[in-house]
Formats: sequence, structure tokens, C-alpha cells
Amino acid sequence: MKIVVASGKGGTGKTTVSANLAYALARRGGVTLVDCDVEEPNLHLFFPGESEKKGVPVPVPAIDSERCTLCGECGHFCRYGALTVLKDRVLFFSELCHSCGGCTLVCPVDAITEVGREIGVVTTSHPLPGLTLISGVMYEGEVLAPKVIADAKEEGGDEGRVIYDASPGVACPVIETLEGADFCILVTESTPFGLHDLDLAVRAAAALGVAAGVVINRSDGEDDAAVTFCQEHDLPVLMTIPFDREVAAVQNRGGLIARDLPRWEERFAELWDEVARHCEVKV
Amino acid sequence: MIVCITAKGEGAEATVEPRFGRAPYFVFADTEAGTFVSVKNELVDAAGGVGPRSAQVLVDHSATVLITGQLGGNAATALKAAGIKVYSFGDAATATQALEKYTQGGLSEIL
Ligand code: SF4
Ligand code: SF4
Repeated sequence: MKIVVASGKGGTGKTTVSANLAYALARRGGVTLVDCDVEEPNLHLFFPGESEKKGVPVPVPAIDSERCTLCGECGHFCRYGALTVLKDRVLFFSELCHSCGGCTLVCPVDAITEVGREIGVVTTSHPLPGLTLISGVMYEGEVLAPKVIADAKEEGGDEGRVIYDASPGVACPVIETLEGADFCILVTESTPFGLHDLDLAVRAAAALGVAAGVVINRSDGEDDAAVTFCQEHDLPVLMTIPFDREVAAVQNRGGLIARDLPRWEERFAELWDEVARHCEVKV
Repeated sequence: MIVCITAKGEGAEATVEPRFGRAPYFVFADTEAGTFVSVKNELVDAAGGVGPRSAQVLVDHSATVLITGQLGGNAATALKAAGIKVYSFGDAATATQALEKYTQGGLSEIL
């Protein structure tokens, strides 16, 4: 079973939920946790350890200047502005290239071949017994986050229990993360402010046919707005995490409540069982 | 010599536009012939890469000088590689005024 942990906006404590859930499952038969927030992966901060790295290459054009006639076709074709044909050579802006392969096709004299360019890495580590942590890391200045996410998910495989930690917000990286998942846990705060963003996330999951449920984080006990929202959208509230002193103290020092406070390990394990029940209902 | 001026409209009297890649029009002035050719920028609403793509338009029109307001990094790289000199139009209001100032040597070079 593959589930996504997402949030409509940043700062809801989504990563903490992922990390706690992974901790509880690691102690109950194992889990693979995939950090899909490739622009700012931070799950490794909860689970430090030695990791193995694998490059993420994308195909980019290489131009044979001997063959190139400077005809201009490739420059006009590329809608991303990655190729500028000058009077004496062709300039390539690698960070603008979307690897569509079109320039290779339009070149009338076959002067363009595709070569691999590394835009990030996927790291794999085993920081705890039962936990495999995979992180997608996109290099500074790169734009093809979905490619890094796809490679990280691939590395995570299809077997057993897999958690994908999505990037905050609802943009194409999140869509890529949701692709092929069985369920999406949406983490929100109890305040009404984030509900518009949550609504977007709900619709994105629905559009991809991924069932969703909500975890209310940092609850101050006044969750009416969030609960009403969930009722209206037919979303189960899977868990409510209060923002009491104890929880805050653990989280502020970067700890895990599933590890550092009594009862929370069980509660996160139950969260998973709850999700599993919803997935069965769906199929 | 062909001088390109980024403008909000067409022709010699068009108001200058500070953005390069997102300029609505490129006005190409042929200093020998005294003619002005205006080219609509198809990239005003394009998603990305407008800098290098606009540089391509200048290369295609054989411009050797650009008068504009501001430039992105990729545009600067492309224009530099193409050997196109770039000047800021300063307080000139129209394409003609900018060109005049340039010919008198009154514009400062940005690239
Ligand atoms: S592969 Fe596509 S995006 Fe990249 S340079 Fe070629 S045409 Fe442009
Ligand atoms: S399409 Fe081929 S021949 Fe034409 S400019 Fe590009 S690389 Fe050169």
C-alpha cells in the first residue's frame, strides 16, 4: 500500500506526521519512507544515517558543431528558450531545457544527439531497523522536480508499506507524488485559514482518483471549521493531534512524539490501520 | 547598423518598454536607411525562457545593439555571446529619442 502525506500549504507539520507514522510502522514490520519534497528534503533530519547515492539524469541535446549548419530550426522549435542559434554557434541553456527531445527531431542534418545531465540524486539509507529512507534531492537552480520525484518513487518500489512525503502546496511536484498512490493523508491545522489550500489539495487528489482523509495537526481544541469542511467534502478525519505543551516541547526540539511520548506510537500505528480500512472500502 | 529598441507599441514614436523578454514590441531601427521595422513579441505571455528566445529574435533580425531597461541573466548570456551591445534608454521616452541619445553617445552601457 502506497500513501501520500500532503498539505495544501506549508507549515502544517506535514513532515512531522510522515516521520512519526514511519517510526511507528518501522517498529511494526517495516516501512519505506520516500521524501518527495525534492526542493527541500528534510526527513533525513529526523533519521540521520549513512546513505547511498544514485544520480538522476535527464536527456539534453549535445550539438555537433561540425555538422550544424546554424539553420535555426532547433532554436525556433524550443519553446523553453533553451537553445539560441547565433551566427557562429548554438547556445544551450541547460537549466531551461525540459528534455522534450524535440530539437533532436527537428534538426534537418542530425547534428543533435541526446546526452545525460544530472539534475539531482536519490539517496537511500537504513537509519532504523525496519525503516528504509529514500530522499529525492534536486540540485539548486534545476526545474524538473517531477523527474527527481519519479526516480525517488521508483527506488521506493511497490512492495509493502510505502509513505510518500509530498512537497507543501499543490503544484506539479505534488501531482507527480500522488500519481499511482492508494491514499492521501492531508495534514491541516485547525484554523480556517488553510482551508482554501486544503480544498485545492482535495480536488487534486480526487482528480487523480486518490482517496483522501485529513489529519488535524496543532489542534487547539477548536476544530469546528476544519471538521465542517471535512463533513462537507465527505473526508474522514483520521486523527487529531493536540498542540499541548508536551507535544510542542518534543516537536520544538525536532523529536518524534511517536518515540518520545507514551501512547503516540500506537496512535500512529492506528492511523495507518485506519487508512488501510479506507483503502479496502474503496476497492 | 540595426539597433533594437524595446517598446510598448509600434513605430518610431512608440513608448519605450523597460522589460526585454516581455516587451510587447521590438522596434528595429536601420541607422543607414533611416527605417523602423516593428516586430510584435510573441513571447509576452510565454511561460519561460523569454530572455534567450527574445535574443534569438534579435539575432534573426541582425541587430548589433539593443536599447532596453532591464535584462535577465540568460538573456544577458545569449546577447553577450551573440556580440550584441546593450544600453539603457535612461530618460528617453520614445524609440526615436532613445536612438538619438544612443547616436550622440548619451546612453550608458549595461552589457
Ligand atoms: S530537448 Fe526540448 S526543451 Fe530541451 S533544448 Fe531541446 S527542444 Fe528545448
Ligand atoms: S537544427 Fe541542427 S543544424 Fe539547425 S541550428 Fe540546430 S543544431 Fe544546427
